Amino acid sequence: MKSAHGNSNVTELLARAQALHHDLRFENVRAWKERNGGLAVGYLPVYVPRELLWAMNVLPVGVVGGGDQVEIIRGDAYYQSYICHLPRSTIELGLNGALDVLDGVLFPATCDVIRNLSGMWMMQFPDKYVHYLDVPQDFDTGVGGAFYRHELLEIAGALEARGARPLTDAALRAAIAAYDANRREIEALYELRRREPWKVPTHELYLVLKAGLVLPVDEHTMMLEDYRRLVIRDDARRPLDQARMLITGSFCEQPPIGLIKTLERAGCYIVDDDLVAVHRWIRGDVASLAPGQPPLDALVEAFLRNGVPSAIRYIDQDKKGRDLVERVRASGAEGVVFCAASFCDPALLDQPMLVGALDAAGIPWTSFKYAENTGQFQVIREQAGTFADSIKLWSGA
Amino acid sequence: MSMANPTTSKRPPAEARKDESQERQKRMIGEHFHELARAPQTGRKCAYTFVPGNLTELLRSFDVLPVLPEINALQSGMRGKSRDYIALAEKLGHSEDVCTYVKCDVGMLRSGNVGPTGERLPNPDLLLLSYTGCFTFLKWFEILAQEYDCPVVMLHVPYQGDGKITDAMRKYVVDQLRSKVIPAFEKITGRAYDEDLLKEHLARSARAEDDLVWVLESAKHKPSPIDAYFGGVYYIGPIFSAFRGTEAAIGYYKELRAEVEERLREGRGPVIPDGELEHEKYRVVVEGPPNWTSFREFWKMFTDEGAVVVASTYTKVGGVYDFGFRHDPSRPLETLAEYCMGCYTNLNFPSRVDMLSRYVREYSADGFLINSVKSCNSFSAGQLMILREVEKRTGRPGGFVESDLVDPRYFSASNIKNRLESYFQMIAQRRGSDAGPTAGPTAGMTAGGAR
Ligand code: SF4
Ligand code: SF4
Repeated sequence: MKSAHGNSNVTELLARAQALHHDLRFENVRAWKERNGGLAVGYLPVYVPRELLWAMNVLPVGVVGGGDQVEIIRGDAYYQSYICHLPRSTIELGLNGALDVLDGVLFPATCDVIRNLSGMWMMQFPDKYVHYLDVPQDFDTGVGGAFYRHELLEIAGALEARGARPLTDAALRAAIAAYDANRREIEALYELRRREPWKVPTHELYLVLKAGLVLPVDEHTMMLEDYRRLVIRDDARRPLDQARMLITGSFCEQPPIGLIKTLERAGCYIVDDDLVAVHRWIRGDVASLAPGQPPLDALVEAFLRNGVPSAIRYIDQDKKGRDLVERVRASGAEGVVFCAASFCDPALLDQPMLVGALDAAGIPWTSFKYAENTGQFQVIREQAGTFADSIKLWSGA
Repeated sequence: MSMANPTTSKRPPAEARKDESQERQKRMIGEHFHELARAPQTGRKCAYTFVPGNLTELLRSFDVLPVLPEINALQSGMRGKSRDYIALAEKLGHSEDVCTYVKCDVGMLRSGNVGPTGERLPNPDLLLLSYTGCFTFLKWFEILAQEYDCPVVMLHVPYQGDGKITDAMRKYVVDQLRSKVIPAFEKITGRAYDEDLLKEHLARSARAEDDLVWVLESAKHKPSPIDAYFGGVYYIGPIFSAFRGTEAAIGYYKELRAEVEERLREGRGPVIPDGELEHEKYRVVVEGPPNWTSFREFWKMFTDEGAVVVASTYTKVGGVYDFGFRHDPSRPLETLAEYCMGCYTNLNFPSRVDMLSRYVREYSADGFLINSVKSCNSFSAGQLMILREVEKRTGRPGGFVESDLVDPRYFSASNIKNRLESYFQMIAQRRGSDAGPTAGPTAGMTAGGAR
């Protein structure tokens, strides 16, 4: 039976997600703009408050590089060999016209590479709206919060000047509600995967999450609902003898899907991760965070209070690594795989501190690096396989 | 990420110098490290902090001594110690991909935390994390926070993403100073914030800054009496580190200025490792930090060709003073905020390109060179675009070499030398055809360097 949302089986749904993933010319975004007459604004990893854009009838479009599908022709002339891959494929997409459909791009304060890319974009694409979204590292409402609030209003003003609908409280409330529903649905899928990882293979979940980078939020929420409903009743999905892993470090440049499949084939169930991190950057609902206050305050509070502890956020020394250990416990993971992009400063600088926390908690871990266009997984497969085996052996002992 | 201490490098380039200012700087630095070493006995408090966005006047107003881990790292590079320190840090699990200053510092810490003068550095009473122009700083102090039992205070300095400082940005920094940074100092020292004292320090800063700018701008003369990169790292020493706002810094810059005035009057070229440059053949602007492990060798590759660096961006990482900014005692916290936001690596790309283009023109440079260091994404990510843009705007050729700050594995002397030689030859050939350093647009040497 076909659902009201239009997906009658997982294969069909995943084919759609896959098609979106492969569509590096953003045809779906183009179509949305034609239908709705709104603007489309891209955003780099990791986090931007998409609610603000959506409330102004602006489609937020996640730009996470070109993955393994873009041939780098000019991008290497912009970046030295010791810089991660994401900016070179992103600039390649900009130069080859793939991002022409975007009316602007937001560059959040993730790292120095994305920061510098914002200025390069200004010079390369002078007609587009470009903004470096400086998110606070001070988390007091009156200090960092006031600064962040101002940033958001500035973005809203700039978008309005470019033809977006004016920001109203009512529209922002509705947008927050739409994203809250999306977050809840994603959380439900993660919960299902924690419980029954065989029902939600991560290489599928990954595609479904990636679809959320380009789909309008409501449509994506429907896709998530459909996917969950369909996999729950798919009895062919049976448990295997796999080791439960949490993967971390992949919050920005995204690993190739082949890498995820490799980990799964090597005997790992991924039971928690930080893939496509924008979706889970805010924990819990936003709507309820500033009761009786304008919805913008709730959005600000969400960033200050409920943002995930991450490598790109300042963490008090006594809390460093604590969140990772808690996530390991909560997900029932038996080990951690540090899986970071090569040359990714935030992830790689963070790693020794997280390792310290894991070691103190007696949690086994392994680590490797990738680039978004890595094509060879043999070494990773062997490493992950050995790690998974050792965990199974240990837990069976 | 800054200046060298001429007292301690293995074969210090300053040995060949006769300038009294150099001797004075040696003494100042020596005394500072000695005071630090004695801090556990004297009870003086110390704060670890960074060069860009440093709040030296505020620290001094609380009688707190600064320790700058970047300086310790570069010192370790010059003293030939960084290789082992980095190896130790990598053994401890730090990635080969990340900034080598951090690893050098971790290695030094784990090897007894002995500073450049051979005396042990005190443990910090406070880690003042001034997040200015570099994301790595944040991680660096998270790492240090695990090593020391002391408070950390974060000062997040917003980036000039749109190429300007807005009221909201200024207010954000001032609010943090008032509500976080000052109370942290009050707590560790037991003293109350004394704004009048801070103002006195700031007034002294401005006086020294005037003389520093005069010295840097002396390179507009032909021949230039200074080298504004290799020599420049010495000149910025006091003001970028522990001495901004002190009488000692005023004295140093006054003396330095007098020496440079004399060189100018006499039409002499800059001091170089082997004495003095007699014939200025090429004038170049340099973008990017120097390499510290082969500092002297690198410098010599320039002087052997008769090349003088007339302006550099690296000498602006701890403050950009030559476009008019001065610390203003009448607005003490606002001026500190503006200082922090104005440091070079806190400027956006269009501003960096403007600045370099302006230097090339105003200093009548034949071209500009980028030393792209593997460690530093803040500087390096996107420099190839800077290269092309500045070439386009100025019509002068750009050159590109790659090395690292303190990891000797990434300094390939023969590669860099070859590249520099060809670069200078190209300038010479163009002069031949153009009869002057005003060549037309060029593809320059835009390929990568010493890989
Ligand atoms: S992969 Fe890491 S270093 Fe590269 S852009 Fe993303 S966060 Fe920055
Ligand atoms: S990344 Fe660059 S600016 Fe940051 S600490 Fe390292 S050398 Fe300094």
